[in-house]
Amino acid sequence: MAKITLDNLAHSYLPKPRSEDDFALKELNHDWADGEAYALLGASGCGKSTLLNIISGLLIPSQGRVLFDGVDVTTAPTADRNIAQVFQFPVVYDTMTVRENLAFPLKNRGMDTAEITRRVQKVASMIDMEDRLDRKARGLTADAKQKISLGRGMVREDVNALLFDEPLTVIDPHMKWELRTQLKKLHNDFGHTMIYVTHDQTEALTFADKVVVMYDGRVVQIGTPQELFERPAHTFVGYFIGSPGMNLFDAQIDGRTARVGDTSVDLGQSYTAQGKTQIGVRPEFIRLQSGGEGIPARIRRVEDVGRHKIVRLDVEGRPVSAIAGEGDTIPADIDHISFAPEGVNVYADDWRVEGRA
Amino acid sequence: MNKTVNQKAWFLVLPVLVLVAFSAVIPLMTVVNYSVQDTFGNNQFFWAGLSWFEDMLSSDRMWNALGRQLMFSAIILAIEVPLGIFVALNMPKGGFWASFCLVTMSLPLLIPWNVVGTIWQIFGRVDIGLLGYALDAIGIDYNYTQNTLDAWMTVIVMDVWHWTSLVALLAYAGLRSIPDAYYQAAKIDQASRWAVFRYIELPKMAGVLMIAILLRFMDSFMIYTEPFVVTGGGPGNATTFLSIDLVKMALGQFDLGPAAAFSLMYFLVIMLISWVFYTVMTTLDAREGK
Repeated sequence: MAKITLDNLAHSYLPKPRSEDDFALKELNHDWADGEAYALLGASGCGKSTLLNIISGLLIPSQGRVLFDGVDVTTAPTADRNIAQVFQFPVVYDTMTVRENLAFPLKNRGMDTAEITRRVQKVASMIDMEDRLDRKARGLTADAKQKISLGRGMVREDVNALLFDEPLTVIDPHMKWELRTQLKKLHNDFGHTMIYVTHDQTEALTFADKVVVMYDGRVVQIGTPQELFERPAHTFVGYFIGSPGMNLFDAQIDGRTARVGDTSVDLGQSYTAQGKTQIGVRPEFIRLQSGGEGIPARIRRVEDVGRHKIVRLDVEGRPVSAIAGEGDTIPADIDHISFAPEGVNVYADDWRVEGRA
Repeated sequence: MNKTVNQKAWFLVLPVLVLVAFSAVIPLMTVVNYSVQDTFGNNQFFWAGLSWFEDMLSSDRMWNALGRQLMFSAIILAIEVPLGIFVALNMPKGGFWASFCLVTMSLPLLIPWNVVGTIWQIFGRVDIGLLGYALDAIGIDYNYTQNTLDAWMTVIVMDVWHWTSLVALLAYAGLRSIPDAYYQAAKIDQASRWAVFRYIELPKMAGVLMIAILLRFMDSFMIYTEPFVVTGGGPGNATTFLSIDLVKMALGQFDLGPAAAFSLMYFLVIMLISWVFYTVMTTLDAREGK
């Protein structure tokens, strides 16, 4: 296992990138700590697979360096990096048995038979496939195949990192949960460095210690699930994480107050912000009021999703969502909303501004 | 569910029955009819029972032709299938050169068969053909009209030239359908080039290869035009394959009875082999689906 360092890394698929827009992956510096589980979260086409392929060595970046434990491996071929990767579609060697599949990477590295047998047994019990070792791999279900491709990585005990490229895409929903739990457990038990690419926020937030959110080729925030929820560093993070996502209001920021339309909102802290200024409030921090203070709003509909109710409102023609408790009754005469001060974030040109007390 | 019984529905099938009867069943039955009769001309026929079949089965002529035929098919399969795979593996994966290769390789497939025969017939001639003249000039004694081995080589090289493209194109299609992830996983597993071929490419190509083998076998087993144009079945009977022999017998010697018995047995052999192929393919598929 190793610490993975990305130093000034950027990549463009064009031979001669002219502007920043030509880069699929914009300049990036980051350390992936040894033994941590990361999720790389973002919408399709945001560069997360590009980043993963650079780490695994399937792609050579157009600038910057990749270091494993301080050793430069930027141009090293995949085989030399000693990483394992689980792909979106299960990759197994169809004509081999499960046992032969698991033994394959070791056999290719010329390991002796007794050691191979020992490790295959061990990995088989880790991924819970001991009873199916002598079956042909081709007849297995997609989730079993994914476990085999994971096993082929873990069978190498000195593997530097396990990379996952949207591994649960083709798995049935009820198996997804189980596989994710198993993966999490494997991480707790064996402490591999894991990088997990996904566009599913639930997958990312339940799997990872740290979530790396990418947007348009850029890493916009790295943080724990809680940080992403409470302090989204970029409006995209607010919008992408959470269900429904964060509400954004255009606002003029003036010290401790923000003006949204004709209403003043107390921010609790002092901010200086330039450019396009907005405040972001998660639906969980929106209070519904009838009469009195607040921003004028009109209820359009209420969705009951079981655990809570989502109230869809209309504020000056723009949709706003709020969350109310499952037991709450929503009065029909709601005509204003206000914000819980601790749930208000201030953004300038989409980036979060830190407040001063 | 209750089904309505309406016997008039049979009328819907009638056109097909008439068409198939007219185009396939009746002509085939005519051949069956010839195979059990003898004639001394004048359009007078006598019942001959199965004697033509017995005659043919005990004649060296048909067995020799069958032997040559099987050998020919075996040789061209043994060359064209590995060569086709090899070509497919080395073709560009995309872009201009991939299209260029595909078009170039399709060219032999588009040439009419007797033109292919004529091309090689002239190509191999010692006096005016480029190949024959060149071989002669570097001191190789080559003459496909007199030497059995030379005749065989010419016919086989011609078939390889004509049909390897088909195997290559099918194999290429099979290769292109393999997702990149397989190759990437193989890289991560440090698989050798041979292991990639043996455990990824070959299993994924197995389906199309079976079809390629079946097509090439059937075509080569029925081959007529090309060797007939080049060697006319000679020297002697050296390249007289089943079809050539059959035509000689039916139209050259006008032995309708034996020729009819011959063609029926020929037909049965082809059916038998197709059936074996079909069975093997479907069991392979079933095993895959398990």
